[in-house]
Amino acid sequence: MNSTIGTTPGTVPVSGSARPHSATDSSQDKPNDSSLIHTDSGTIITAGFCAGLSAYGHCFGGILMREYLRFVQQRSRFLSSLVRPLLWLVVFASGFRAALGVAIIPPYETYITYETYIAPGLCCMILLFNGMQSSLSMVYDREMGSMRVLLMSPLPRSWLLLCKLMAIGLISLTQVYAFLALAWLVVDFDPPLMGYITALPALFLTALLLGAIGLFLSTHIRQLENFAGVMNFVIFPMFFISSALYPLWKMREASEWLYWLCLANPFTHAVELVRHSLYGQLNLAALTITAGTTLMFALLAILGFNPERAAAGGKVTR
Amino acid sequence: MSLKHAARHRLASCLTLGLLALGYQCSAQAEVVYVSNEKDDTLSLIDLDSLEVIDTFAVGQRPRGITLSGDGSKLYICASDSDTVQVMDLATHKIIASLPSGEDPEQFVLHPNDQLLYVANEDDALVTVVDVNSHQVVAQIDVGVEPEGMAVSPDGKWVINTSETTNMLHWIDTATNQLIDNTLVDQRPRHVEFNRDGSLLWASSEIGGTVSVVDVSTRQIIRKLNFEIRGVHRDKIQPVGIKLSKDGRYGFVALGPANHIAVVDAKTYEVLDYLLVGRRVWHLEFNGDESRLLSANGVSGDVSVIDVDKLKVIKSIKVGRYPWGLAVKP
Repeated sequence: MNSTIGTTPGTVPVSGSARPHSATDSSQDKPNDSSLIHTDSGTIITAGFCAGLSAYGHCFGGILMREYLRFVQQRSRFLSSLVRPLLWLVVFASGFRAALGVAIIPPYETYITYETYIAPGLCCMILLFNGMQSSLSMVYDREMGSMRVLLMSPLPRSWLLLCKLMAIGLISLTQVYAFLALAWLVVDFDPPLMGYITALPALFLTALLLGAIGLFLSTHIRQLENFAGVMNFVIFPMFFISSALYPLWKMREASEWLYWLCLANPFTHAVELVRHSLYGQLNLAALTITAGTTLMFALLAILGFNPERAAAGGKVTR
Repeated sequence: MSLKHAARHRLASCLTLGLLALGYQCSAQAEVVYVSNEKDDTLSLIDLDSLEVIDTFAVGQRPRGITLSGDGSKLYICASDSDTVQVMDLATHKIIASLPSGEDPEQFVLHPNDQLLYVANEDDALVTVVDVNSHQVVAQIDVGVEPEGMAVSPDGKWVINTSETTNMLHWIDTATNQLIDNTLVDQRPRHVEFNRDGSLLWASSEIGGTVSVVDVSTRQIIRKLNFEIRGVHRDKIQPVGIKLSKDGRYGFVALGPANHIAVVDAKTYEVLDYLLVGRRVWHLEFNGDESRLLSANGVSGDVSVIDVDKLKVIKSIKVGRYPWGLAVKP
């Protein structure tokens, strides 16, 4: 699945003999960064790093490019990320087409089909899977050694991780919009045109939240094989115990404690934020909770990130 | 300085008052919709600009069919369980008269002469003709069992009544108030509607699940429309209310418990779309310029507003219990 990892250019500028010379390393693609001086010992020193904002931007550009190349080279992953929500939309939602339409809930002002209801949740599903897959890729990067390459950058680790989050988020957005285009074509999901623009920041924030959760989890996953646990204990519960598939009032009809569980799930608020923004409305409570939990998980991920474990095989480089 | 301040303050006040007055004038000119709430014995008043209920009035028992007088100053209300047709003055919203309508009036139609009301008396198998000026019953015409739908041709020559149990359209000549002919349609005809030039008549059959298009000159059915909605059982597709746009482009058919309105191309008779509205949608009404279509959704107790250009439901507005009839006042 991640066969292309490490074969793509775009990692942050590193150089020197301490750089791992594995076949998968591609860091030589950036040899002439003027902001760096290479020493005999192979450590990287910044010359007036100070390099300022451009260095930060360069770093982000590099990471984004790497994620982008990984994305375009893994067409099957792109397709599967679209097929999954489309199956939900076309097959699952068709069966429940007439299940809703008995109560009008904000942001809707009239009765809606089930397809219309679950489309925002499915957008978030794409972000959820991508966010969690990013955690998988972090573990993979760790095992393959490319994480060590990344961490050799002189820039703060928090910035590197944030860049990774943003890069994954931006790549995910293209998948979400591809899905929205298909949803518009396949079923009658047609929010106002402006909604596609107003939803952009909400989708990006959601991508950051789920990426941050993924990153946080990756700090606790020791081996790649443990990812199945993430599927069972994180992705599925987060998706099902939320307002993505059923409105909260419907959940409350079924059980009160399920309703409260849904409310405690940050994914619910992310879905509601996206749902409202698709109709040009701001759900302030959802925004506050989503932004707050994003910040919390990002901090936890950065603080909990262990560079020694990240540098695969216990070979500590710093 | 203080003088300048005072002058500025006064100017601001004048401007505010002016704007308020303008706003009031605008809101006074806005179109409103009257909705009869069958179970609440009330009428809801909806502002078509804000799409909100702005008032509710108590009327007779079980109000169903409602229609405006020709000049729009009065509203006639079939108060079915009060066995009367009430007349509401729309300037004061007071009931100013009760017309003798025969028993259990359900639907009625006002002749273009603005004088004669043709009322279907569901329990008596009669159509009662009432003079709204003299408040007298002019005639009573025997029709089939459970008369319901009523329509008058644009030229005023024909009044059509449907009888739910006899499954017929009854052709009444308004010159003589005599039953001239009957047209057999599918089971349980509920509503009839003439097109703009009066050449065609659309009749819905609730149990039959069809709409029959009848040529007025021959009084024969020329086309039958069927409906099919993905995910909705066929038994639930029960056509009731019909509205035909004046430009001859669309026919809208309310499909009862299917909770959808069918959009039909009035030229090719092809069903173009199904619009999801509230539960048990029965009667429909256009606003003045036909940019909006309104539907009374009985079970969900709301009125859905449809943008006719975009063929999209834009809002569903909560009204009283079991909204039945609609009348738009320009």
